[in-house]
Amino acid sequence: MTAQTGVTAALRRERVRVVSATVLRKLLSGVVVLWAAVTLTFFSVHLAPGDPVTLLMGENITPEFRAAVIADWQLDQPLWQQYLSHLLRIASGDLGTSFVQQQPVNAVLGARLWPTVALTAAAVVVAVGLAVAGALLTAGRPRWMVALPSTLELVLASVPSFWLGILLLTAFSFQFALFPVAGTEGVRALVLPALTLALPLAAVLSQVMRGGLERALEQPFAVTARSRGVSPWEVRTRHGLRHSLLPAVTLTGWAVGGLLNGTVITEQVFGRPGLGQATVQAVTQQDIPVVLAVVLLSVVFYVVVSTVVDLLYLLVDPRLRRSGT
Amino acid sequence: MIVLDRAGRAAARSQPAQRPRRRVRREQLPVLAASGVLVLVGAMALVPGAFTAADPILADPIATLRPPGAEHPFGTDLLGRDVWARVVHGARHSLFIGLTATVLALLVGVLLGLAAGVGHRYLDEFVSRVFDVLGAFPELLLALLFISLAGTGTANLIIAIGIAAAPRYGRVVRAETLAVRNAGYVEQAALLGIGAWARALRHVLPNALGTIPILATLGLGSAIISAAGLGFLGFGPQPPLPEWGSLLAEGRNYLRIGWWLGVFPGLAITVTVVATAVVGGHLQRRFERRNSL
Repeated sequence: MTAQTGVTAALRRERVRVVSATVLRKLLSGVVVLWAAVTLTFFSVHLAPGDPVTLLMGENITPEFRAAVIADWQLDQPLWQQYLSHLLRIASGDLGTSFVQQQPVNAVLGARLWPTVALTAAAVVVAVGLAVAGALLTAGRPRWMVALPSTLELVLASVPSFWLGILLLTAFSFQFALFPVAGTEGVRALVLPALTLALPLAAVLSQVMRGGLERALEQPFAVTARSRGVSPWEVRTRHGLRHSLLPAVTLTGWAVGGLLNGTVITEQVFGRPGLGQATVQAVTQQDIPVVLAVVLLSVVFYVVVSTVVDLLYLLVDPRLRRSGT
Repeated sequence: MIVLDRAGRAAARSQPAQRPRRRVRREQLPVLAASGVLVLVGAMALVPGAFTAADPILADPIATLRPPGAEHPFGTDLLGRDVWARVVHGARHSLFIGLTATVLALLVGVLLGLAAGVGHRYLDEFVSRVFDVLGAFPELLLALLFISLAGTGTANLIIAIGIAAAPRYGRVVRAETLAVRNAGYVEQAALLGIGAWARALRHVLPNALGTIPILATLGLGSAIISAAGLGFLGFGPQPPLPEWGSLLAEGRNYLRIGWWLGVFPGLAITVTVVATAVVGGHLQRRFERRNSL
C-alpha cells in the first residue's frame, strides 16, 4: 500500500461494500433455501402414505406415545397452525423429539456430531492438499507424464466410497495391522476413513485444477513472469495456482453433497459412531424426526459452506471485489 | 468415422490400410473396451446362466470361505456360495435399479426442465427454485428421507434414486431449452401459428435434448453407485438376493478371513461405473466436436 491514501481508502470502502453485500445476499438466499427445506420436510411427512402419527412414532406404537406425538407435533390442530409452530420451533433451534430413542433430537445428534466433524474436516484438508499438489506437479507436463495420474484420477473419481473403504481396510487393517478396524479412538482411527472420503474428492478437484492451471500458464501474465526470470515452479505456485482455484471452488456444491453422502457410507464402513451412522440407524428404525433433522442439518451445512465459498471467491480473485462485476 | 488425409490415403493404398487404422484403433481402444464391458455386464444381467453354472443362493456347507481358485474363480462366501455366481447374478439387480432410476430421473427432469424452459416466467422461476432447493440436499440423504417415509423395497429404492437425481437433468434441459427457444426456426414456427406446446414438443424438445444421451450415460454410473450404496446400507434388495451393494456389506464383516468377499463385488461396481464414464466422456467429446464444426 502506497501513500495514495485517498484512492486506497475509496477502494477499501468499495471492497467492504461489495463483501458485505455478498454476505447479506448469500445469507438471505440461505434463509430462503432453509425455509423451503423445512417446508418440504414438514409436508413430506403429511404427504407420505399412512397416518402421520404412526409414521412419526416409529416402532413404539403405544397409546401413551400416540398422545405424546400428537402433542409434540400439534397434530390435533389445523394444518397451517402445525406448520407455523413447526417453523417457529425449528427456527428456535429445537429439532423435536425422537420417539424411538425417547430423547430430544438435539441430544441424539449432539452426541454424534464430533466424529463426523473431525472426519469431514480431515478429509477436506487431505483432499485439498492432494489436489493442489497433484495439479501443481502435473499441469502442462508431457502427455506420457500425465497419463498415469489422470487414469488414477478417473478411477478414483468413479470408485464408490464403500469399496474404497473396504479396500483400505483389507490392506491396512487386516493384511498389515497399521490402523484400527473400527471406532474413533485416537488420530489413527481417523486416517483410513478420512482417506476414503478424501481420495475421490481429491481426484475430481485435481482434474479441474489442472485444467485451470494449464489455462493460466498460457496467459500473457505467465509468459511475462517467465520472461522476468521467475522460476517455472514459482510461476505455477505464485501466479497460476490462484487461477486454478476458481474452477475448483465452483465445484463446492457438488463436493459438499459428495462429502455428506460419503460420511454416511464411510461411517458405516468404519463403524464410526457419527451423524451418518445415526442417520442409517434412524432410517432403519423409522425414526422420522431424526431423519428430518439430519436432512435439515445437511441443508444448513450446504448453505453455510456455499456462503463461505462465495467469500473465498472474493479472497481468491481480487477482480471480483470491485463492484459491477 | 475419421476421414483420412491425403498422406493417410496414400499410405492406405500402398500398405493395405495398416498405419492409419492402427492409429484410430489406439485412440478408440478405451471406448471399445468400455463398451465391451457394458455389453458384457448387460449380458450378465440378461442371461446369467451363460456365465456361471453355480447357484447364487444355494448354500454349500462343505465349501465355505474357499479362496479364489480353479473351481471358484472369486472364491466362496460364509455359506459356501460361489462369489462369481453371486456377482454375475447381482448384475441384474444393480443394473435394473440403476437403469430404471435413470429413466425415471430423465422423465421427471426433462418434463420439468422443458416446462421451465418454454413455460411462463413464473413457472420457470418456481421450477428453478425447486431445483435449487433440491440441489441443496445431498442425493443420498434425499433418497434416505424418501425411503424412511415411504418404506423400503425395490420400487421405492428406484423412485428415491430417480427423484434425487432428477434436478441434475432438469437444470441442463432447462438451460438447453432456453438456448433453443429463441432460435430462428422456433420463431418461424410461432409465426406460422403453431401453438406453444406443439412448438415445445416438435421443435424445441428434439433440439434441446442433444446432450441427454451423454447425461444419461454418465448418470447411469452414478445411479448404479447410489443403488449399490443404498444396498450397502441395507435398503436394497434383501438377502439372500445377490445385489452388488449388499454383497459388499456381507463381505465387510468377514474381511479378516476372506479378502475376496470385499474385493470382487466392488470391482464389478467400479469397472461398470468407469465404463459408463469412459463411454459418456466419448459421447460428450463427439458431440462437442460435431457442434464445433
